[in-house]
Amino acid sequence: MEEVSSNVVHATLPRKQASLSGYINGFILSIIFTVWAYVATTHHTWTHNKLIAALLVLASAQFLVQVFFFLHIGHETKPRWKLLLLVMMVIFVLILVLGSIWIMNNLNYRMTPDQMNTYMLKQDGGI
Amino acid sequence: MSDIATNNAAVLAEQQTNDGKTLFGFWAYIMTDCLLFASLFATYAVLHGNTAGGESGRDLFSLPYILVETFALLTSSFTCGLAMLAANRHAKRQTALWLGITFALGLVFLVMELTEFGRLAREGNGWQRSGFLSSYFTLVGTHGLHITIGLVWMAALASRVWLKGFTRATLRRLSMFSLFWHFLDIVWIFIFTIVYMLGAA
Repeated sequence: MEEVSSNVVHATLPRKQASLSGYINGFILSIIFTVWAYVATTHHTWTHNKLIAALLVLASAQFLVQVFFFLHIGHETKPRWKLLLLVMMVIFVLILVLGSIWIMNNLNYRMTPDQMNTYMLKQDGGI
Repeated sequence: MSDIATNNAAVLAEQQTNDGKTLFGFWAYIMTDCLLFASLFATYAVLHGNTAGGESGRDLFSLPYILVETFALLTSSFTCGLAMLAANRHAKRQTALWLGITFALGLVFLVMELTEFGRLAREGNGWQRSGFLSSYFTLVGTHGLHITIGLVWMAALASRVWLKGFTRATLRRLSMFSLFWHFLDIVWIFIFTIVYMLGAA
């Protein structure tokens, strides 16, 4: 009796997706990416644009590593609702952030001092 | 005998489904919290050049200091995972130990961040100084506020584990907490990269 129910408990507990090696791998990779980004920034070996691109790639790589190893997203069984929400979130964040940068830079670009002067003069009564 | 076993299995399966729903709901909360951070990141990205004649991020931030801060939070995310592994084995002492280390590292991170805020404010670079600093303090401060809430939650959970052991509810809350803590570390990756590294690049 005792044995049977303990077997049942074992069979029905959620399969542990987390493992020690997973956390260690995630931790080591995260440290490598962090130090890499730090060294690339402090030792000015790359050109400005290359450095910016590299930093964004390193951050995305570390994001994926932590989502996989710490949040265990790849281990989900179907239907993968958590993954779906995550993908939606990433899309929303990209639209929000890149869209804001795009629009505000564009506004900035269009508002040259000349244009502003003309605009202000017009407001003053069309001289 | 097999009736009882089947019954147990049914009850456990139902509890598991409910726990899964709770965890998924918490995941949905975290994903919407990301949108809060996204709007703050967007504000920062737009305003980071508007220093109103003051110093920019390149002159204000000390990168080695930020690196130490980052390691404290990253390591706490790792030890939080180790606490979860111990909790899954129902190892009370180990869980308490790893949670304690996670708490200490989180506290180190928070104190370092507040020290830096204090230094900036004393040097006349508070949030009222420029658009850049307003968006900086809002973004990093919101993350710090999340960390503070996480620390309070962690203390409550650790004492619960210590006093009551591993009930189903405690394990569920621990899983939710570890999601929250890992998520805060992920947000910090982007603060580290966008505010500090790109600011110095």
